[in-house]
Amino acid sequence: MDGIHDMGGMMGFGAVARESDEPLFHDDWERVAFGILLQVSGHVGFSDDHLRAHIERIPPLAYLQASYYERWTRALESFLEERGLLTPDAVEACMADMVAPERPSDGRGTALDDIEEAVARGASTRRDGAGRAPRFLPGDRVRVLNEHPCHHTRAPRYTRGRTGEIVNDHGVFVYPDTNARDLGECPEHCYTVAFRARELWGADAPVSDFVNVDLYDSYLEAVDGPA
Amino acid sequence: MALRVAALERLLTDKGYCDPDTIDRLVELYETRVGPHHGARVVAEAWSDTAFRERLLANASQAMAGLGISGMQGESMVVVENTPDVHNVVVCTLCSCYPWPVLGLPPRWYKSEPYRARVVREPRIVLAEMGCHVTDDVEVRVWDSSADLRYMVLPRRPAGSDELSCEQLAGLVTRDGMIGVAMV
Repeated sequence: MDGIHDMGGMMGFGAVARESDEPLFHDDWERVAFGILLQVSGHVGFSDDHLRAHIERIPPLAYLQASYYERWTRALESFLEERGLLTPDAVEACMADMVAPERPSDGRGTALDDIEEAVARGASTRRDGAGRAPRFLPGDRVRVLNEHPCHHTRAPRYTRGRTGEIVNDHGVFVYPDTNARDLGECPEHCYTVAFRARELWGADAPVSDFVNVDLYDSYLEAVDGPA
Repeated sequence: MALRVAALERLLTDKGYCDPDTIDRLVELYETRVGPHHGARVVAEAWSDTAFRERLLANASQAMAGLGISGMQGESMVVVENTPDVHNVVVCTLCSCYPWPVLGLPPRWYKSEPYRARVVREPRIVLAEMGCHVTDDVEVRVWDSSADLRYMVLPRRPAGSDELSCEQLAGLVTRDGMIGVAMV
C-alpha cells in the first residue's frame, strides 16, 4: 500500500540523528516488547510479512509518532485481534487491573542454549525448487510495473514505472504480497535490480550512482533495448 | 507503553504463547552474544584469507555458516565489497531490515525516517553529514534491502594493516563501516 512507511526519496525529514553510546534498548518495556514478538510470532503464525503489513496499516500520524518497538507492539495486537486471539479491549482491561507493570515469572522457560540454537537456525523464506521458472536473467532490462496495490508489497513507490537492469537472481522466496494476506506462499524469484540514480531522481543525481533494489518476479516486465 | 506491554505479556503468558523467563533470555542473547563483533570477525577473515573472501562474496550465508554465524534476520545474506572505485551503503526504505546475525539489532538512526527517506535519494550528502566522505570519482551503490536478502558491506582494508593478526584486524572494524556509513 502507498503508506507512510514507503518513505524512500521523501524530503523534509532533516538530518540523521546519531546517538553516542546508544543502548540496545532505550527502556525496559522495549526489551519485553522485543522478546514477546520473537517468542509469540512462531506460536501464532505471525510472519515478517504479517508484521510489516500490520505496521503499514498504522495511521500515518500515529506511525510517525510511535517508536520502533511501539509499532511492533501495535502490529502484534492488531494481528492477534484480527485472528480472534485477543479481544479488542483485552489489553486495556488488563492494564486497568495493573497498578504498575508486573512480570510474573515461574523461573522456568526455555534454556538459553536452546534459544540460541533456535535463533541461529532462523526461519528462512527461501523455497529452492518451488515456484515458476525465472522470467529474467542477469543483464536483462526490466521495468517495475506501475501498480499501486492496497495491500502489503515490497516494490518501493520510487521504483514503480522505472527501468533498471537485473544484476542478480537470488533464487526463489515466499512472495510477501500473498503471504501477508494468507493467500499462500506462492514462491517466486527475487532479483536485485540496479537503477541508475538519474532514472529515479532526475538529472541532478550523479551520473555514476546506482540504487539496487530487491524485487520479485511479479513486479517486473521486460523492456527491449540496450541497458 | 510500559503498562501496555506488561498487560500484553500477561495475557499472552496466560494463553501459553510466551513466558517472561524465555523473553528475558531472548533479550539476553541479543544483549550479550549477538552483535557487530560477529560481522567484524567475518570482515577480518575476508581481509586475511583470499579464498574465504571469494566464498563470502559468492555465497555469504554459506561462508558465514562456516564460521558458526547464521540465524534470524540473516538467513539469506549478501556481502558487497567496497573497492577503490565503488562505495556501498545499505538501507531498508520500507521497514528496517538489517542483518542481525552479523550486526545485532539496528541502531535507532538506521530505522529513522531521515535515513530511510534520504539515503536512496542523496546518499553522498547523507554520508558526508555522517562523516563519511566519498570522492566524486567513486561510484556510490545504495542497496535497498526491503525484501528477503540481508546485506553487509565488506569495507576496504585500512592501509598499514598488513602485519596485523585476524583478531587485531577485527578490532578495527566498526558497525557503521559494515553498514557503509563510515570508512574503516
